[in-house]
Amino acid sequence: MSAEDKNQPTAAQLAAPSLPKKHYLNSRYSPGSWLLTKDHKRIGLLYLMSITFFFFIGGAAAVLFRLELMTPQGELQPDTYNKLFTLHGITMVFFFLIPAIPAVLGNFLIPIMIGARDLAFPRLNLLSWYLYMVGGAFTIYVMLAGGVDTGWTFYTPYSSTYSNTYVMATAVGIFITGFSSILTGLNILVTVHKMRAPGMTWFRLPLFVWSNYATSLIMVLGTPVVAIAILLVAIERGFGIGIFDPRLGGDPILFQHLFWFYSHPAVYIMVLPAMGVVSELVATFSRNRVFGYRFVAFASVAIAVLSFLVWGHHMFVSGQSIYEGMVFSFLSFLIAIPSAIKVFNWTATLYKGTVTFDTPLLYAAGFIGLFTVGGMTGLFLSALAVDVHVHDTYFIVAHFHYIMVGGTVMAYLGGIHYWWPKMTGRMYPELWARISAVLVFVGFNLTFFPQFILGYLGMPRRYHVYPDGFQVLNVMSSAGASILGFAYLFPMCYLLWSLKYGKPAGDNPWNAIGLEWQTTSPPPTENFTKTPIVDYEAYAYPGSIIH
Amino acid sequence: MHTPEALSTDDPHGHTGLEFAHHFDDWQQEYQSKSLGMWLFLVTEVMFFGGMFLVYMVYRYQFTPAFDASSRLLNLWAGAINTVVLLASSFTVALAVHAAHLGNRKMLVRLLAATLLLGVVFLGIKAYEYSEKFQPGHQLVPVAGWAFDYHGPEPQQAKLFFGLYFAMTGVHALHMIIGIGIFVYLLWFARQGRYTGGNFVSVELAGLYWHFVDIIWIFLFPLLYLVDRS
Repeated sequence: MSAEDKNQPTAAQLAAPSLPKKHYLNSRYSPGSWLLTKDHKRIGLLYLMSITFFFFIGGAAAVLFRLELMTPQGELQPDTYNKLFTLHGITMVFFFLIPAIPAVLGNFLIPIMIGARDLAFPRLNLLSWYLYMVGGAFTIYVMLAGGVDTGWTFYTPYSSTYSNTYVMATAVGIFITGFSSILTGLNILVTVHKMRAPGMTWFRLPLFVWSNYATSLIMVLGTPVVAIAILLVAIERGFGIGIFDPRLGGDPILFQHLFWFYSHPAVYIMVLPAMGVVSELVATFSRNRVFGYRFVAFASVAIAVLSFLVWGHHMFVSGQSIYEGMVFSFLSFLIAIPSAIKVFNWTATLYKGTVTFDTPLLYAAGFIGLFTVGGMTGLFLSALAVDVHVHDTYFIVAHFHYIMVGGTVMAYLGGIHYWWPKMTGRMYPELWARISAVLVFVGFNLTFFPQFILGYLGMPRRYHVYPDGFQVLNVMSSAGASILGFAYLFPMCYLLWSLKYGKPAGDNPWNAIGLEWQTTSPPPTENFTKTPIVDYEAYAYPGSIIH
Repeated sequence: MHTPEALSTDDPHGHTGLEFAHHFDDWQQEYQSKSLGMWLFLVTEVMFFGGMFLVYMVYRYQFTPAFDASSRLLNLWAGAINTVVLLASSFTVALAVHAAHLGNRKMLVRLLAATLLLGVVFLGIKAYEYSEKFQPGHQLVPVAGWAFDYHGPEPQQAKLFFGLYFAMTGVHALHMIIGIGIFVYLLWFARQGRYTGGNFVSVELAGLYWHFVDIIWIFLFPLLYLVDRS
């Protein structure tokens, strides 16, 4: 049976689809069947609920400080302002962006996409969610107890010696959450190596799997390094044993090296899986094979490898030697190549495709545009001289929000909409979803584009006051943030609504190719009633141009 | 009887009778997945310790006199004996894996117990060494505000050495304690014959972990104790 036959709707499918009788959601109902589940799909949903919670905490902090920045002098105490942007950074980076796509969509989809019954280590998968929750509980405790003001970067000696806030509890929380990330990465790597269905060769894997594989490499190799850096800060702070203490000859820049050795690759932990989502969306909604499949696949791996060689660009002005600066500048330029390959190849996939502008593709298109802006401004920052001018200004803030919010969050929302019918069995309301996708795009640009200008004009980041001349652009940014805030709440409302009132989706509402669309929506607990055998290429759409 | 030769993937029928988790196709797949998972975990451990080794190397290069003089203050004999003890435990655990492959329950139990014992001896000697550094007059714990009886060059920088000494050997000792916990667990079920009926995976994985802890010490010992003993 070829791919085309499998994707011809049968007579039963052409009739109004209905939900399957038995699936992973209704197999059991007890609280224990959720809290002790080893089903990767249920764990994915547990992650979905938890990261949504942390997303709205981080978002609430952003709302508060964007309100504060409406006026040059603001209303908040400087200390409160510092705690708010730290809370925003920590929850968004460690508790939303890093786990968002791998732990929710990756968890749910990777085993199904490769034709497996579960991840290789279901119990470790559950443990990873619990570690995430314990780390999250520490963060919530810190927030309620009085906050932490070091910024999400914990630079020493401020974090180890001078800050009088809850640095220790925060560090413990992030250390623990780091292990949840390591376990997720390890699980995905082993699963992709050992659990593929018969016929599912490496070059038949969906690109989403490739990009999550590359992400997992970074998680496994990078996270332990930030864990030890945080542990050393905790030892220094807890026992007064100086490791990075300049009074003993210790080197605070050494901490920055260790921190960014993970935290720069962490940016790719956030954006690589997003690129995987976009590859899926672009292929499905243009009904084309992804142009240059192997290039896109290897670009993911290239980004993962190069991501470990560019951390020094965070220290161009921190006293790192100029020769190091030149090498890191060059390497940072290099990483633009695989990123650009992906953007060009997605565009080429759309070319002469049968494009339908459903909500997921709107998000994917938004991703491609915003990621391009974020990536190009990254090139400005890789240039040593330009970086000196805009270092620690709002230009940086705008740049990385274009990657993390414009990139990762757009793709995440696109992916959630695309696979929502698979996860829940029901369709979301298409018109509302399209409106919200456009609102996210508009609100995002209104929020962050003015920040490029502010930064270029010299407004430093992390200050609670600014000169009067910057007010117009700051008000624009805050106005955009209010649109963005609404545009994030809106999907949550209609997606929840669709759980009860959405139309049953049927197995393959997008008429897409991929193993996840061959099982029922929602899938049975064991994913497939019979282990699938794969005898066709990924994205083998009928009539698609095989490049 | 299951010898390592019977493990090759060409022989899918070698372990048909063994239990495996429902989401795997067969025992071989579960065995290979677990082995790969353990190796990946050890990679994360290398990166974890690697951060501390990096910090050590940077500071040793910058403050060589302080690091050399501080290194001579460590108890060479305690460190050397511990190296021998740990290498011996690696030997016993390797034999334990072999015993599990052979399906020899009695031998497995004895060798696991020997490994466990050697691990405890290591920790005992380490505890004795630590306690030496807390003795009044020879106190070398670099906690802020405590007496620090170091009289060599660069006294401030010597605190960095001892800070790293406690951090690195402390994290290593923590791994030893976890390892000993694992061996207590294995010993319990080994006595019931759980690993000698062909399903030796757990013993193999514990062995890998223990060898890793051993290798870390093989790097710690020369870097901390031997750097200036010529």
